[in-house]
This record gives sequence, C-alpha cells and structure tokens, in this order.
Amino acid sequence: MHVFIDAFRFIARNGQIPGQPHLTTLSYYSLETAKIAAYAMAISIAIALPIGLWLGHIHRGSFVAINAGNVWRALPSLAVLAIGVAFLGLGVANVLLALVVLAVPPILTNAYVGIDQVDPTVVDAARGQGLTGWQVLREVELPLAVPLVMAGVRTAALFVISTTTIAALTGYAGSLGEIINDEATYHLSGVLGAAICIAALALAVEVLLAGVQRALTPAPLRSRRGGVIETLPVGWIAAAAAPGRLTHKGQEET
Amino acid sequence: MALSLDESAVVRDGSPALPSAAALELRAVEKRYPGQRRPALAALSLLVPAGEVCVLVGPSGSGKTTAMRLINRMIPLSGGDILIGGRSILDSTPTELRRQIGYVIQQVGLFPHHTVRQNIATVPRLLGWERRRIDARVDELLELVGLDHDELGRRYPSQLSGGQQQRVGVARALAADPPLLLMDEPFGAIDPINRTRLQDEFLRLQERVRKTVVFVTHDIDEAIKMGDRIAVLREGGHLAQFATPAELLSSPADQFVADFVGADRALKRLGLVRLADVELDPPDQWPQPDERLPLDTTAREALARMLSAGGAPLGVADEHGSVVGIVTIALIGRLFSRVEDGRPPESRRGPPPEPNR
Amino acid sequence: MNHVLLASAAPIIPKSLLGNPDSYACERANRLFCWGWLSRNWGSVLWPALRQHVVITLIAVGLGFAIASSLAVLAHRYRRVEQPVVVVTTIFYTIPALALFEILVAVPGFGLSLTTAETALVSYTLLIIFRNTLTGLREVPADVREAAAGMGMSRWQVLARVELPLALPAIIAGVRIATVSTIALATIAALIVNEGLGVPILTAISESTFKTELIAAGVLAVALAVAADALLVGLQRLMTPWARAT
Repeated sequence: MHVFIDAFRFIARNGQIPGQPHLTTLSYYSLETAKIAAYAMAISIAIALPIGLWLGHIHRGSFVAINAGNVWRALPSLAVLAIGVAFLGLGVANVLLALVVLAVPPILTNAYVGIDQVDPTVVDAARGQGLTGWQVLREVELPLAVPLVMAGVRTAALFVISTTTIAALTGYAGSLGEIINDEATYHLSGVLGAAICIAALALAVEVLLAGVQRALTPAPLRSRRGGVIETLPVGWIAAAAAPGRLTHKGQEET
Repeated sequence: MALSLDESAVVRDGSPALPSAAALELRAVEKRYPGQRRPALAALSLLVPAGEVCVLVGPSGSGKTTAMRLINRMIPLSGGDILIGGRSILDSTPTELRRQIGYVIQQVGLFPHHTVRQNIATVPRLLGWERRRIDARVDELLELVGLDHDELGRRYPSQLSGGQQQRVGVARALAADPPLLLMDEPFGAIDPINRTRLQDEFLRLQERVRKTVVFVTHDIDEAIKMGDRIAVLREGGHLAQFATPAELLSSPADQFVADFVGADRALKRLGLVRLADVELDPPDQWPQPDERLPLDTTAREALARMLSAGGAPLGVADEHGSVVGIVTIALIGRLFSRVEDGRPPESRRGPPPEPNR
Repeated sequence: MNHVLLASAAPIIPKSLLGNPDSYACERANRLFCWGWLSRNWGSVLWPALRQHVVITLIAVGLGFAIASSLAVLAHRYRRVEQPVVVVTTIFYTIPALALFEILVAVPGFGLSLTTAETALVSYTLLIIFRNTLTGLREVPADVREAAAGMGMSRWQVLARVELPLALPAIIAGVRIATVSTIALATIAALIVNEGLGVPILTAISESTFKTELIAAGVLAVALAVAADALLVGLQRLMTPWARAT
C-alpha cells in the first residue's frame, strides 16, 4: 500500500516532485478545475433553469424536457469532448461547451419535473386566492420543487467535475486530469494523489450543495419519511424515467 | 356471554377439515400498545354463533378495527384469547390461521398485477389446491358474486369499477370456503347508491353461504341493516352493548348507545319491520288505493310513501299483484307507539328480494 | 435510431453514393467523416469493439443488479441497512470516473485488468438500482400488502409474489438508467483494458486529427445505449402486462 502513502506525500508536497522545480502546483490545478466547473455550472444554470421552470409552470414540452435527460445519459462525455475538439480545437472554449452540453439536460429535466409534479390542488388553491402566475411560481411551486430542482443541479455538478478530468484526455491542460493523464512525469503516486484530490473535490461540492438544498427547502419538507433516499443527487433520474405511479383503483361504478 | 362451545356449534358441510362456518368467541381480549397507559381494547368478550353476522360499530378510537385485526393476528394479542370453532387462534401460526379466515378491507387490496381470476385463486394456490379444483372454485365464486359475464375474470383490477372490485374482494375472501369472514368497512369507499346495492347483494350472498361474519363499520344504519348482532364499542375499546338490532334500538343500554344510535331510533326500528309481518287493515275496509307496495316494504318506507302521497292509505300487494291489505298512517302510528314502548314487533329478518335484472 | 441505420447500412449502400471505398482520397483530404474508412474498418475495429462493449456492460449491469437489488430487499426488510448502503454507494457515485479508475488501479490485486474496470463500472450502477428498487418496494400500496398478509402469505411470499412484481417498473427504470450510463462510462474503461468502444476513441484522440474513427465509435456508443434502452422498455412491457390494462 506504499503507493497510497506516496500519493498522500505527493498531495502534501502540493504536487511537486523533487528535482523537477518547473512543475505546476497541485493547488493551482485544483483551483483551475473548480473554476472551469463553476463557470460551466453558472452558464448551464442560467440557460436550463429558467427554461425548465417555465416549461414546468405551464406544463408544456414534457417530451423535450424529459427526453433531454434520457438522451443525455447516453452521451459518452469522452466522445462529446473529442468531437468538440474537431470543431473548436483544443482549449477552454471546447471544454466549456462540452461541459455545458452535458450539464444542461439534467438541470432542465429536473426543473421541469420538479415544478410539473407539484400537487395541482395546492397550485389551484393559490390561484384561487388571487396569486398571479409569477407569484404562484415564486411562492408555491419553486419552494415545493426545491429538492428535485437541486437534485438536478447536484447531478450536473458531479458530472461537470468528472468531465473536467476527462477533458485532459483530449489535450486540455487546465485541470487535475492533466496530472492523471501524465503518469510518465508524475508516476503512479502522483496520478493517485490527483485522483484523490478530484474525488475529494467532488465529495466536497456534493456536501456543499446538499447543504444549500437543505437551506432552500421549506422546513416542513425537510427529511420527510426519515429516509435518506429522497435527498440523493440522483433524485431526478427516477423522476424522469419511472412510469406513472401505480394505480389500481377503477373509476366509480356508473 | 361465556358459553362453552362444543362441536355442535360448528356447522359442517361434509368436508372434515374446514367447517363452512364456525362460532367465534372473544374471551377478555385485551390490546395494549407499548408507551400508552390506557389499553386500546380492554377485556372485550363476545360470542358470535356460527353463521351469524356480528357488526362491530363505534366512533373512531373505539378499537373496532383493532378488535377485528386481533382475530386474524394482523396484530398480536396482549391478553385474553380468541377461539374459532373452539380452537384458540394461538394454536396455529399467523399464516396458517389467515388462510382459514376470509379478509375483506375497505381499499379492497386487489393485486394490480393479477387478473380477477388469479386474485380470487390466491388462497387456494397458497393452500396448494390442484389446478382443476381452483378453476372450478373460481367459476363458482364468479357466479356467486355476479361477475360471471363479459370475460370479467380475465381483466385486471384497474379495468373494473369500484363496486366490481369490492365484489372480487368478497369472492377472494370466500375462495377457500373459510368458516369465518372478516370485513373491515368493506363498502366505506363506495358511493351511497352502490353501497346499498352491495349491501343487499351481500345479504343475499350470506343467505346462501351462511358464514360467520365480523363486520366493522362506523355507520349505525349499516350496522342495523347488516348485523344479526351488533357490538357497540365506546372509546378505549369498552363494550357498551351487544344486542340484536331490534334490542339495540328499543332499549339502548345507556346514554352513549342512545346517542350513538340517534334520536330517530324509533324510526329506524320501523325500518326493521316489513309489511308482511304487520297486521294490515283488510282490503275491503278502504276504497281500492291506486298505489300498491310489495309485501317486503319496510314500515319506515311505507310511512315515507304515504307522507309524500298526502297521507292517503296505500294498498299492499303480494308477489302475484293481488292486494292483501291496506296500510294507513294510523296503523303505522300504532306500530310506532308499540315500538316506543319497547315491545319488539314481530320481525323476520331477511334480505330484500332479488331485484329484476 | 437513425445512427444505427446509417452505420449498419453503410456496407450495402451503393458505392457510387459513398465514393470509392478503395480510394483513400477522403482520408487524405482529412474530411470530417469518411464512409470508406468505415466500411474498411468495420470488421476489424468497430465490430469487435462493439461486441466487447456489450460484454463489459452486461457484466457490470448484471453484477450491479445482483448486488444492489439484494441490498434493496434487505433494506426493505431491515430499515437500518438503508443508511450505510446509501452513504457508501453515494460516495462511489460521486467520485469522478477517471479518479475511481486510477485509485482502483493502485489497489493491490487490481492493476490494469478487466476486474478493475468492472469494479468501477459496477460501483456506479449500485446507487441507482438500489434506490429505484427500494423506492419501488416501498411504494407498493399499503392495502395490497395488508390484503396479502391478511390472506396468509408469509413475508417472503409477499415479497416474491406481490412486492417484487409490483416494483418491476421502478426496478427496470433503474436498470435502464444504469445500463445507459454504463455504456457511456465504459468508453473510459479503455484506459485500463484494451477493450470496448473507448479503444477506437482513445486511438483517434491520441494518434491523429482524423475524426471518422472518433465519430463512428462515439455514435456507436450512443446507438448502443439507445438500443439497450429500447430493449429494456420492451422487456418491461412484456413483464408488466397489467400496467397496460386500463
């Protein structure tokens, strides 16, 4: 297991290897990874969230919204990145575009499903009290949809971080993947150290976003049923893919 | 109530393993939940003779459903004992016991992934019956509950109406010919018109199968209609009164029961009396009335009809259509005062006749 | 589905439409997509890679399903199993694929082997299948469960005859997601073992600016995912005839 010990030494030395003073530091790569992931997320949220929320609010476009999520799952991020290189060449623009392409569907689908599945009687009651469409969305639908909407954001964030490292395989040098992809320079211990860093970064972002979700969720809706299942980042997936709820009650006799 | 039960209390249909109906006895049955000081059910004793319908009725929190679920061990007993045909329920495992007790619940609980036939065959399959025997039994039951048409047996529950689903629920409960049937608010989720129809159907069915039935409801009218005996439970699972419907209406044990059966209990008693059991005025005493009521009309309904007809007397006709007597408001009034005095009128309980289809 | 048609139809489309497959003009001009390359390399490169990809996915989803559904049945019965399983599988799910592959490679006994690749892929399927199976089991209507117990079914009979069949739509939904994401992720497994559609993709990335191989393999991966998804939808329809009855 000395490889793991060496990996943690590598992390402790901030990615420097004795005798090779020109190497970029581990903290720099980590920061760059976080930065490009944050940019990609900001752009994706700005695009997907309003569209998803609005489609959910008017209960239209379910086909597009749901199938965006289904197709997205089938996209190998490696292929998306590589094909992007063919058009945009190496560099930030291509990586950013690929990240946005991969992050938009889960956010869009989840925002749509989250709003669309809000109990229609609650929405009806809100309308009946004279709330405008915008007020219904802001005061009623959005708070009730927070768990699902956030699940989409969390899924996208995990995916974006994961993909930044894969971008290194297509020649992008601005992420921790650069170390992972360069065993010749960093040896196995360096590759492992970077892998541990990226895993830690993903877990940290996940915990952070789970906290944000909790803060945004109205108190009575938090951790219902005592199960942890409902608060998972994959919440949206089942929502999008599962068929309608089981019903076996027939209509009343006529 | 502590009669000892011998084998003669058991009606046998020739099959030695399973009597077609068995007496049910609850002996000082008690249910306590941990962390609660007061018992949910306190020392409840009841005796239901084989082939009778016993209705458990009471407000919410009176423990009526608890009492029923103790019988098939859906919840464990805290004290006392329950005997079916003289055998303690604790002598068999819960699953063995339940396969010998029919169980009908309000939400029906049909298996959505099984066809109507498969649903009905559930318990026979669990008991390992042969396929041919199961098929024959399912045919018999579909006929019994009136679903033996339109290929209904091959449908899934989602393709049935609420009333049809409940009929399948009853057929499923009767599948292995259990000596005891438990029914937990079976018609509670059905609209009033269909509820009446299902109640009548069940009474007719009970005439044929003569099961021992424990029937839970919170509706006193349903209790009076369905029960041979009614156990009124009050909060905390105390038995307030255990009596026939007529007794319950004529002499409530206390104020709680009187309040529960309602201020109109005398009217309700008229609902238990059929014109066939009443001494009617002779037909020649009155001019021939236009409107005629069948003999099985209840006194309550006759009164309502006369009131809506402006108080005029009505003819009562037998099944051939010939007038056998005349009913008047005065006659009902005499009946009513007898009812109020607490003397039970002659009453022959029985299901209403088959309506024309 | 169009992609599948195009790819598989390529060999039977008249040569005049595709240009002469024996000529390397397209490659020399470095066009975006050369049908000639496709027909020349289908048998030697793409078809074996596709077959390997299917096998890798089948093993990963099969193992993942066996593990996750057993754990879900356990968690359905014993509630305290849920939390630890969720925590561990969420961590697996959260760790970026590339990092997990590299970490596993460093673990003694794993190294650059198919075992390593499958272990990583299996670990990604666990959370989704576990979650969907458990949710499906829990959403069985209470009255159905009550009726089943009330008729004298044992706990295992209730599970096998009532709960699992009724949970099938949710379970298969989980397997669909797991299968499709595994097909996408398995391209990265090519870093560890020389198998699957990731091989031509990585070859194309590392060796040249020639894009046909990359696009063909990428499109094949997507087409495989779509086909697998459609197959599972069909399977679900076959296994849940009651769900179509109205």
